[in-house]
Amino acid sequence: MSAVSSPPKAQATSPTSAQAGNRLSPVAVHAQKARKPRTGSRRSSILLKAVMAVSGVVMIAFLVLHMIGNLKVLFGREDFNHYSHWLRTIGEPALPHEGFLWIMRVGLLVAVFAHMISATVLTVRAKRARPVAYKAKRKSVQQTYASRTMRWGGVIILAYILYHLLDLTLGVANPAGTGATPYDRFVADFQRWYIVAAYVVPLVLLGMHLRHGLWSAFQTLGLSNARRQRGINLFATGASTLLILGFLVGPAAVVIGVVK
Amino acid sequence: MKLTLQIWRQKNADDAGRMVTYQLDDVSPDMSFLEMLDVLNERLILEGEEPVAFDHDCREGICGMCGMVINGVPHGEQRATTTCQLHMRHFKDGETITIEPWRAAPFPVVKDLVVDRSAFDRIIEAGGYISVPTGSAPEAHAVPVPKPDADKAFEAAVCIGCGACVAACPNGSASLFTAAKITHLGLMPQGQPERDSRVKAMVDTADELGFGGCTNIGECTAVCPKGIPLETIARMNRDYLKATRG
Ligand code: HEM
Ligand code: FES
Repeated sequence: MSAVSSPPKAQATSPTSAQAGNRLSPVAVHAQKARKPRTGSRRSSILLKAVMAVSGVVMIAFLVLHMIGNLKVLFGREDFNHYSHWLRTIGEPALPHEGFLWIMRVGLLVAVFAHMISATVLTVRAKRARPVAYKAKRKSVQQTYASRTMRWGGVIILAYILYHLLDLTLGVANPAGTGATPYDRFVADFQRWYIVAAYVVPLVLLGMHLRHGLWSAFQTLGLSNARRQRGINLFATGASTLLILGFLVGPAAVVIGVVK
Repeated sequence: MKLTLQIWRQKNADDAGRMVTYQLDDVSPDMSFLEMLDVLNERLILEGEEPVAFDHDCREGICGMCGMVINGVPHGEQRATTTCQLHMRHFKDGETITIEPWRAAPFPVVKDLVVDRSAFDRIIEAGGYISVPTGSAPEAHAVPVPKPDADKAFEAAVCIGCGACVAACPNGSASLFTAAKITHLGLMPQGQPERDSRVKAMVDTADELGFGGCTNIGECTAVCPKGIPLETIARMNRDYLKATRG
């Protein structure tokens, strides 16, 4: 296939490295045998990516609602605690107490597991696909910090989610303890600098994860093309920045003493 | 120019291999990268040593044989350039240059810088063609192709199958190579009958051969000597998901 002389042909295109194929040395033949082609199909990498994209978008949808709900902390103890109570009563009496919340929790749990399992399978495959590393220090031609930290960033985000649940949902890791109201737990947290740090750092990492993740999801689901790329990149950056800033409003209000 | 070269030397597929350092004192800036290696090899032969094995054929940037990773970047840092078209004037006098083979499990090293890229042939065999009766060429205007489609198909069809995309990808993914062929044929009227089965077969074959998945990082496009765009991968994903839904 020549770059210059042949237009896209209707006829079969020739195998690209036919030259290599025709003059395989005995060594190459040996190498081919050693490669023992995997038989039996593997779960398609594109389907795994689609699972990640869909579960990721489900989690983002949740985060948007969660972020908006958190802003209620600005309206005072009464409003915030009432909101927290209301979440537990949605759908009553058709649903039992906390019924709606449990539907959300199960849905999110499924999304988190689907996302993590796909990420793990793809990470293992990526490592196996490059068993020998390059000696030269890798120069990144294109990739961004956000795109390079998806895997470790994801693990840190997972650890953060667990801590966050123990802290503000269950209260066991909270300075105000399990007996306090949601508002008091929130305030108790962000009056301590180390808890502020424990929230801000993972949230910034989450923002980076979502920046690359959103861009990647459009590409994975086939919704991207050359014309849309700029817009998608702007949207991914804008949406993840807004989301994280939204989450930081509450803690910042406690730090500067507006919420106490 | 004086250069220090650190080159991957490996006797055969079973050898562990190692980096070996060579000094070159009389390199002209007008040499191509391969000519520079020729100079080194002539010296090695005179000294009774084994010359460095590397692949090459056309030396005009169209066959895709001359892949090697130069200073950590496939085909070197010069964009849209194959190794054979890369000239020594892009390097500094006294520079140390590392030269390594493509690194990917489906591309085993045969010797030194030569890897076996037959895995790409397996992907093409799985569906990178259209089934037509052979014989005399059909009348050129019998099947009209819209100009924008022809242009996009051509942009993808210029792939020379060199494998730089796989070598650059942190996941060792063959997505850009596979997507280029799927885009090329998927945009042509002649490619429509086999469009669904093609994308399924080619993608599944790449997975089975041990290539990794894509994380949309874009290193592939950046190092591609032909500048195959990243949007081809989105098109492949779209076609694949559509073919899977049935
Ligand atoms: C609130 C939690 C999370 C959200 C909202 C989220 C969202 C996303 C989205 C939208 C994608 C893009 C999917 C695609 O490539 O098409 C993604 C990719 C990814 N996520 Fe997450 N994720 C979350 C947590 C996690 C966790 C806990 C892990 C790991 C244990 C993780 C690991 C990854 C990896 C490895 C990728 C693929 C990277 C890439 O495409 O380059 N994520 N995530
Ligand atoms: S030798 Fe043919 S492309 Fe470089």
